[in-house]
Amino acid sequence: MLKIENLHVSVAGKPILKGLSLTVNAGEVHAIMGPNGAGKSTLGNVLAGRDGYEVTDGTVEYLGRNLLELEPEARAAEGVFLAFQYPVEIPGVNNTYFLKAALNAQRKHRGEPELDAMQFLKLVREKLRVLHISDELLHRAVNEGFSGGEKKRNEIFQMALLEPRLAVLDETDSGLDIDALKMVAEGVNHMRSAERAFVVVTHYQRLLDYIVPDYVHVLADGRIVESGDKNLALKLEEHGYAWLRDRQLPQARA
Amino acid sequence: MSAPLLDALRETFDALPASRLAAGGLGAARRAQFDAALADGLPGARAERWRYTPLRALERRRFGRADALPDIDPASVPAANLPRLVFVNGVYAPALSRVDGLPDGVALYPLSQLLETGDARDAEFLARRFPARDETFARLNAALALDGLVVRVAAGVRVATPLALVMLGAPAGGDVAVHLRHLVELGDGAELTLVEYQAAAAPQAHLVNSLVQAHLRTGARLSHVRVQREDAGASVFARTDAALASEAHYARVDLELGAALSRHELNIALQGRGARAASNGVLLADGKRHVDTRLAIDHAAPDTRCDLVWRGLAADRGRGVFHGGILIRAGADGAAAHLSNKNLLLSPHAEIDTQPVLEIHADEVQASHGATVGQLDERALFYLRSRGVPEGEARALLTAAFCAVVLEAIADADLRASLDAELSARLPQVAA
Repeated sequence: MLKIENLHVSVAGKPILKGLSLTVNAGEVHAIMGPNGAGKSTLGNVLAGRDGYEVTDGTVEYLGRNLLELEPEARAAEGVFLAFQYPVEIPGVNNTYFLKAALNAQRKHRGEPELDAMQFLKLVREKLRVLHISDELLHRAVNEGFSGGEKKRNEIFQMALLEPRLAVLDETDSGLDIDALKMVAEGVNHMRSAERAFVVVTHYQRLLDYIVPDYVHVLADGRIVESGDKNLALKLEEHGYAWLRDRQLPQARA
Repeated sequence: MSAPLLDALRETFDALPASRLAAGGLGAARRAQFDAALADGLPGARAERWRYTPLRALERRRFGRADALPDIDPASVPAANLPRLVFVNGVYAPALSRVDGLPDGVALYPLSQLLETGDARDAEFLARRFPARDETFARLNAALALDGLVVRVAAGVRVATPLALVMLGAPAGGDVAVHLRHLVELGDGAELTLVEYQAAAAPQAHLVNSLVQAHLRTGARLSHVRVQREDAGASVFARTDAALASEAHYARVDLELGAALSRHELNIALQGRGARAASNGVLLADGKRHVDTRLAIDHAAPDTRCDLVWRGLAADRGRGVFHGGILIRAGADGAAAHLSNKNLLLSPHAEIDTQPVLEIHADEVQASHGATVGQLDERALFYLRSRGVPEGEARALLTAAFCAVVLEAIADADLRASLDAELSARLPQVAA
């Protein structure tokens, strides 16, 4: 589904990713762990198409296409979703209106019929029920005045509604209490399927107790330096990232 | 050596039948105001109140006078469902107007009717003189306006249905100057909603000079909405002078969406204790448009209040000018004045000039003002796009959100929806 090869990315002229390679197949959950400053958030942003992230080398292939040449909205419509580490507050834009505009824009892009207000509300209620989210969030402006936990729930809710094929969760666990963390994990687990893949970026092992990954990769200094199964996360938790620095590992292959 | 613009207006003035100018006993007053306008000329670069709106290009143009009514498709006239007076190129259009079904205590008629058949005392407001040298357009209006809307609401009468004033520009075989004078009078405790449209039936490059006088007696409430969506070739000079007695409440919303050059002076005198004014608006300057709004709120009595919320958008080579002037006179203790003016610059060639000016001579007042000029939040834009909203739509959504606060104050849901539709139709063109 996603094939990243030798990706080099600079931000404001400073190299952040320095030869990252990663292959993600449909149905898999990959966890990307690593110390602060390793380039974890850069990976999510560059996949979603944010301005200011300059790809200086390497390729990103998604469903057989060059992902990097697509506009952010086209990537979304093709099924790429980024759950933001810091969801943006947008005063004056109603959350429901925004979601309907987003979903219908994606459907239009894919040549599917747009949903009318009734169909949309039915879908929203269904998703809210599964995620145990109160519909109160829907009536407010996008993320405005939301607590940290509410913002992350809103990200997961958007993911559930938009039903992406590749979801990248950028430190969705940061700042969450245990209940919110479980809710986020449930949301992801509920959506796991043979057609869908997840890349879960996290600093802590804790989230991976609830979202059990198929693969764990360690990102350090712009590259994946170690790959393994879920036990690698436990080893990291035990020894800390300093343990990695002592090992001179070749670049890992997923 | 006067300007072509004034020369042409002199020809118009001289050609008008003396009987029409003299109607209502106004002959001498019209002549005096006209002479004063010609003697002082158009305000130049040194006139402080015109510093940001140069008139040199306009001064060189000539505008004639329209007499005949062109054919207008009634379906294209705004405010279709409301009682309305429609003026086309400054001439009252009875066939497009609708004045039936008004409640008792409401008098609504065109000024031309008052001048022809009415009581001269009812036309006294037209004799008002404009003393300042830079009040050229008001003086010209006083001299040349032969039509306009007059509405009088008797004490205690609350008019539930909004009334509409529609000023339409249409081709007239050449550029014409339109002068319209309007009067809104609300008796004690009277209530009215007035919706004013300045619009184009077809492309033209006319000059519109429109002046509204509003008198609100004790406890009266006037909601006043103005939508200016003139043709991109037109020049609009609008002025509103409102005087409020005690406990009167004047709430207005302005959408400045059209014209090549638009200048609006909104003067509100809070003359009685507890009088309140709320003025919200959107200034939109795209293309090469120049849009200038100048507020002058005069707190002349204790416990008066004003709340001013304006949003400006400038794109392409547009220029938006906003002046928020608040004067709190000595003795107006307990006055409260709040001004918020935020602006978005959507292109590197666009320009916004904003100037909040507070002048306070009283004690115990609450006053605040804030003016900002910024750009669309790139993080918000990316967030919307990352969810699949195309860039143009995302920009339109964000600019609409930026302006949303302006319409929040409108209580009438139908009216709010229609203004929202005006904005929604216009903003995507700016944001793209």
